[in-house]
Amino acid sequence: MNHYDYQEIEGRSGGYWAILLALVGLMAVAGYGWYLMEHEGHWVTGMNNQIVWGTPHVFAIFLIVAASGALNVASIASVFGKYQYKPLARLSGLLAICLLAGGLTVLVLDLGRPDRLVVAMTYYNFKSIFAWNIILYNGFFAIVAVYLWTMMQYSLGKYSKPVGFFAFLWRLILTTGTGSIFGFLVARQGYDAAIMAPLFIAMSFSFGLAIFILLLMGLYNGTRRPLGDLAIRRLKNLLGVFIAGVLYFVLAFHLTNLYATEHHGVEAFILRDGGIYTTLFWWVQIVLGSLVPLALLYHPSWGKNRKLIGLAALLVIIGGLAQVYVIVIGGQAYPLVIFPGYEASSTFTEGVVAPYSPSWPEVMLGLGGVAVALFMVLFAVKVLKFLPISLADNMVDPYHKSGAADTASA
Amino acid sequence: MKSLHHNNKRIATLLVAVLLSFALPAMAETPVPAIPKGKGVKCVEPTDVMRKRHFEFILHQRDATMHEGIRTPQHSLAQCLNCHVPKAEAGQERVRYGSDEHFCSACHNYTAVTIDCFECHNDGPTGQPLELTDAEGRPTLLAQPLDLVDEAVRVATREEEQ
Amino acid sequence: MSKDVNATRRKFLGQAAALTGLSVAPGVFLVDLAHGKPADEPVSAKNRWGMLIDTNKCAKDCNACVTACQEENGWGSNEVKSRPDQQAQWIRKVNLKHKATGATYSLPMLCQHCETPPCADVCPTGASFRRADGIVLVDKHICIGCRYCMMACPYKARSFIHEALEDQSVNAPRGKGTVESCTLCVHRVDRDGANATPACAEACNEEGHEAFIFGDLNDPDSRLSQTLKKFGSRQIRADLGLNPGIHYKGI
Repeated sequence: MNHYDYQEIEGRSGGYWAILLALVGLMAVAGYGWYLMEHEGHWVTGMNNQIVWGTPHVFAIFLIVAASGALNVASIASVFGKYQYKPLARLSGLLAICLLAGGLTVLVLDLGRPDRLVVAMTYYNFKSIFAWNIILYNGFFAIVAVYLWTMMQYSLGKYSKPVGFFAFLWRLILTTGTGSIFGFLVARQGYDAAIMAPLFIAMSFSFGLAIFILLLMGLYNGTRRPLGDLAIRRLKNLLGVFIAGVLYFVLAFHLTNLYATEHHGVEAFILRDGGIYTTLFWWVQIVLGSLVPLALLYHPSWGKNRKLIGLAALLVIIGGLAQVYVIVIGGQAYPLVIFPGYEASSTFTEGVVAPYSPSWPEVMLGLGGVAVALFMVLFAVKVLKFLPISLADNMVDPYHKSGAADTASA
Repeated sequence: MKSLHHNNKRIATLLVAVLLSFALPAMAETPVPAIPKGKGVKCVEPTDVMRKRHFEFILHQRDATMHEGIRTPQHSLAQCLNCHVPKAEAGQERVRYGSDEHFCSACHNYTAVTIDCFECHNDGPTGQPLELTDAEGRPTLLAQPLDLVDEAVRVATREEEQ
Repeated sequence: MSKDVNATRRKFLGQAAALTGLSVAPGVFLVDLAHGKPADEPVSAKNRWGMLIDTNKCAKDCNACVTACQEENGWGSNEVKSRPDQQAQWIRKVNLKHKATGATYSLPMLCQHCETPPCADVCPTGASFRRADGIVLVDKHICIGCRYCMMACPYKARSFIHEALEDQSVNAPRGKGTVESCTLCVHRVDRDGANATPACAEACNEEGHEAFIFGDLNDPDSRLSQTLKKFGSRQIRADLGLNPGIHYKGI
């Protein structure tokens, strides 16, 4: 097994500082948006008593789901023994921690009483999947930190497999828990489904890997370190599999709902009559976010083009955000069926689709979470040895026999 | 030799300066909060007990009220405010939490201890303050320490059931 | 000699009686006023408070229950910055029309005080809870404002406070960033027990419709239990198996 050389990035270029500065600026604006929400109350947002979880939750759930999936690359190396992924494992663990931190930042700051975070960590109702998630998220930080430690300290290398296995199990439970937040809501037509948990697992694989690929290409491009085609090819093929996996679960979810007359209302809403939600579902989630990337990734010649692979990853991310938006907000917008068989009306948005439009504090808070995650990654790769000096083909897989492999970077 | 003497002198000067910096503010007037007097003759608990433990009573009572429906007026927050926050004078705004004239914030501003009771609770009087004796001159709950009250109520309930 | 002992004994007994009387008197006074449980007695599962709402008696354009709840609990007019869809609503009048038959109904919808409330199941801190006597409440001291209970409630009974409030009613402390819902006028129930009337029921009675019956579901002799047994009732979304404490008749 090769002993790879990892090194901190130099991080002295104008570009690097410009990006950091931009991220800090984004966090500052997000901070102001949050301050407004906390000080004034949620009346400044687009959320109301019908759509209680809005744009911040879309970003938070996306980031949290992607965080658990970002650990995949490291798991494939440690748990499934694919040595070609080993050099990528450290970045994978780092990305997992940073994405989770960003997602949790948004989630906690959107609470009605964020000053009561200590209460949330000391008063537990163990029947609540939310309470379990709090434990799972904190545990994830600890476990991945230990995992990184076993990977980065040579003497502990022999523990990276068992710790990696434990981390893999933990993240499966964590993402199942995140999906179950919705799956356990019996009252809502758009949620009450056991398939939400495996759907979220599949989503985590897909989103996490897409972000990983983009970040890897961006970092190696920016630092002019060699990134061979072998590494990229494996990752992009894997991404294609994961996108297909998500499509499968989405298909199973909707086909099952379409079979049951009880769910025809919500299906008609999402698939046909929902306005923005229908548009986001078909055009952004399915076409842009799944079908186009699949075509890009598996096409014989497009699939070899770095820029198109990057585009595919970006489209998966955008499609993923749209998917979470449709799930979280679309699921709330569809009216509760309190009186089956009746038309209902009242002063409390009864029986009608709830209106919602994202407000700027919400969007900024969500983007602020993304900025926190990115800032943490960029900071970490400068201070610690997360990135291999070279991911050229001979470094990634010295046993690869193809003569076409070369060390061209993007 | 000379330098050693100079060093010692420097250290001594520094020490005196530091000690003085602690002592000087103490020689000035220490600001204390001006706590407005409540209504009535006395509070439900002795003043020094309240000073030390009022938050204990509040925290215990809130759980007892919320989860067990115990609404004894002795430690009821609303009853505290009925005595300690005066009603609005005619044509004026009554004192609000946050100002130095409000009974709670007079101290809490001074000590910079944030409380969030009044995010939800009304910060002023909403009823009549408890009196020491009722209309017939009998002592009310206010006149007695809490444990005696509990005992009296228990005895009375038992008698009623017999 | 025995006369002296008797006198001493009599005097002692008299003093003891006076002392007991003095210590007991306020308690008796207190119990006299409150027809419910004594103030310092915890609630227990021997009661289960519920209501029966007769939709036949509910007038379509009448909002007395809503207005009464607003006055009693201090909501409905002090959320000035929130949009109408952000303002709290503890109880609302719902107008229904059956899609197949065209029959119309009007009924008040409030927290159903379920026996197994989904809101209490999902609350991460346990702030949303069901009291031993069946009333479902939010302990706003530990509510973190995550709104998960609002997602979980099948009846859309919960509201979130979107702005800072002041001059809250003493009956219902409520504040920014926490979730709230109908308390079944728990302050009245704790004081008056089986004789309590929530504000909505009281107002309906004053209007002359008398559509609400409040009572103890666990007491087979209460007017509520007798009426339920005799005339039957249904629960909204009974299929969810939550066994709400609010029953409806006439729909």
